[in-house]
Amino acid sequence: MADVLEKKEEAKDLLVDKQPKEPLFSKKNRKLLNDPLNDNNPITVQVLGICSALAITVKLYPALVMSISVLFVMAAGNVIVSLMRNFIPNRIRIIVQLVVVASLVALVDQVLKAFVYDVSKELSVFVGLIITNCIIMGRLEAFALGNTVWKSFLDGIGNAFGYAWILLAVAFFRELLGSGTLFGFQIIPDAWYLANGGFYSNNGFMLLPPMALITVGIIIWVQRARNTKLIEE
Amino acid sequence: MKALHQFVDNNVHPLFKEGSKLEKYWPVYDGFYTFLFTPGHPADGKAHIRDGVDLKRTMNTVITALIPTLLFGMWNVGYHHFNAIGIDAIFFEQFLFGAIKVIPMVMVSYGVGLGIEFLFCVIKGHQIEEGYLVSGMLIPLIMPVDLPLWMLALSVAFAVIIGKEVFGGTGMNIFNPALLARAFAFFAYPTYMSGDKVWINTTGTEGMMAVDGFSGATALGDYATTGVSQYSALDAFIGIIPGSVGETSVIAIMLGAGLLLFTGIASWRIMLSAVVGGVVMGLIFNAVAPFALSAEQEAFMAVPFWQQLVMGGFAFGVVYMATDPVSGSQTDTGKYVYGFLIGFLSIMIRVFNPAYPEGVMLAILFMNTMAPLVDHYVIQANIKKREQRLALKTATA
Repeated sequence: MADVLEKKEEAKDLLVDKQPKEPLFSKKNRKLLNDPLNDNNPITVQVLGICSALAITVKLYPALVMSISVLFVMAAGNVIVSLMRNFIPNRIRIIVQLVVVASLVALVDQVLKAFVYDVSKELSVFVGLIITNCIIMGRLEAFALGNTVWKSFLDGIGNAFGYAWILLAVAFFRELLGSGTLFGFQIIPDAWYLANGGFYSNNGFMLLPPMALITVGIIIWVQRARNTKLIEE
Repeated sequence: MKALHQFVDNNVHPLFKEGSKLEKYWPVYDGFYTFLFTPGHPADGKAHIRDGVDLKRTMNTVITALIPTLLFGMWNVGYHHFNAIGIDAIFFEQFLFGAIKVIPMVMVSYGVGLGIEFLFCVIKGHQIEEGYLVSGMLIPLIMPVDLPLWMLALSVAFAVIIGKEVFGGTGMNIFNPALLARAFAFFAYPTYMSGDKVWINTTGTEGMMAVDGFSGATALGDYATTGVSQYSALDAFIGIIPGSVGETSVIAIMLGAGLLLFTGIASWRIMLSAVVGGVVMGLIFNAVAPFALSAEQEAFMAVPFWQQLVMGGFAFGVVYMATDPVSGSQTDTGKYVYGFLIGFLSIMIRVFNPAYPEGVMLAILFMNTMAPLVDHYVIQANIKKREQRLALKTATA
C-alpha cells in the first residue's frame, strides 16, 4: 500500500503544472549563466565562433563592440525563437532561425553604422558574418527551440558573455603586445622603444591571425590545467 | 674520470634517489649524469643489446658538424664589422670581435631553451630529453648578429613551448624548433630580421659610422630589390657575404654535411633531392626569365641556377634543417619527394616574393606540415602494389 502511495506522489511530481514555480535565479538558471563562462565555454570548450575570435581581436575596442553586438543578437534571437518554438514547423526551423538572426544582425549593423561608423568600417564583413556564427545557431538549435523564454534569455546572455570574455582576453594581449596600447591609449612608455633609444619593440606577429589562434590555445591550456573536469581520458 | 664517476655514484646519486629530499629534481640530475657518463639504465623491453649511439651521442655529432659554421660565422661577423667601419684588422681581431658578439647569443639560446626544458621535465616528472642541444646551437646560427638578445630569448621560448612542449617534447614536434624560432622572430620583429641594417654590426668602438658607399644588404636582399649584387658567387661559396651568423659559408656547411653523411645521421636522400629541386627550379627560372614582370625580377630569375644554391640560407637549411629526422618524412620514397619540394619551393619563394628573400625557412616549415601527408601516400601506394602482387599470385596459382 505504501508503495503505491509513493508512486502516486512521484507521478504527481512529474506533472508539469503541479511543479512549484521556479525562482528567477534558481540554481539551474544560474548554471545557465555561469556554465558558458568556464565549464562549457563556447570558444574554448566547444570551439565554436573561432573565426571572428581570430579576425577582430587585433584591438580591444572593435572586440568590445563585436561582443556587445553578439550579446544583443544572441539574447534577442534566443528570446524570439523561444517565443515561436511551438509554431515553427520542424522541417524549416533552420530557415526561420536564420531569418530571425539575419534581421537582428541587419539591425545591429545599421546601429553601428549610425553611431560608431569607424568601428563598423573596421569590423566590415564580420558584423554580417554574425549571422553564420556557430555559437548563435548552436544555441538557437540546441536550447531556445526546447526551453522557456526566460531560460533561453539567460542561456543567450551566458553564452554571449562566455564568448565576450575570451574575445576581450585575446584582444587585450594582442593589442598590448602587438601595438603597445589598450583601447587606443599608449601603455608602453615611448622612451622604451628601440627607435627612441630604449630596448623594447612591439611584436608584429601579435597582429597576425596565427597569434590569435595561439593565444586562444594558451587560454585553453591554462583553463584545462586549472579545471580538471575538462580533461578527456 | 673513474674517481669522479665513483664519487658521483656514491655521494650525489643518493641525494636524488626516490624517496630522498631532492627526488623532485631527479630529471635534472639524470640529464646531467647521462650527459657525462654512459647511462646505466638496464633495457626494460625485449631488446637486450643497445646501440651505443643514443640520442645524446647523435646530438653531439650534429653539434660537432655545426662547429665549422659557428667558427666561420664568428670570423665573418668581425670581418664585415671592420670592413664596414673602414678599419684594417688582423684575423685575430676579427675573430675576437665576432666571438664577443656570437657567444652571448649561443648562451642566451641555451640558457633559455634548456631552462624551459628542465622546468617542464621537473613539472611533468619525465626524463630530460636532449632534443634542444642541437636546436640551441642552430638558433643563434640562423639569426642576424644584431638581433637584440631579448628577442632571441623570446623566440627561443616560443619555439620550445609552442613548437615542442605542447606537442609532448622531443620527438613529438611537427615543426623544426630552430626554424620556428626564426619564423617567430621574422614575423614578430621584421625590422630586426630583414632589410639591409641588421646583418652587419656597424657600431664603431669610438663612435665611428659606416664608410661611404657601404651597403649592409645580403646578396639575396640585393637581388630581390635591385636585381644585382656586389657579391659574386665565389664570395657566397666561401662565405664572405653578410647574412645570418652561420649560414654564409658553403664550404663550412659542406664540412658539416660530410660528417653528417659519413656518420649516417642525416639523410643523403633529403640533401640530394633538395639540391636537385633547387637546381630544377633555378633552371626553370633561367628559362622563363624573359617573361618576368619587372626588370628586377628578370635579373633575379636570370641568376645562374648554381649561384642560387650558394646564396642565402639554402645550403644551411638543406643540410641541417631539412634533414631533421623528427619533422621530416620517414619513408625513403617520401624523403625524395620531401627534399625535392623543399629545394623547389625555396628558390620559388625567394624569387617570387621579395618580401621573403629567405625562402628556405618557409619552404622547410611548409614541407614539415606536409611530410606526414607525403608518407601517407607512399605507404598507401606500397600497400596497393603489394595487394596487386598478391592478387596476381593467387590468380596464377
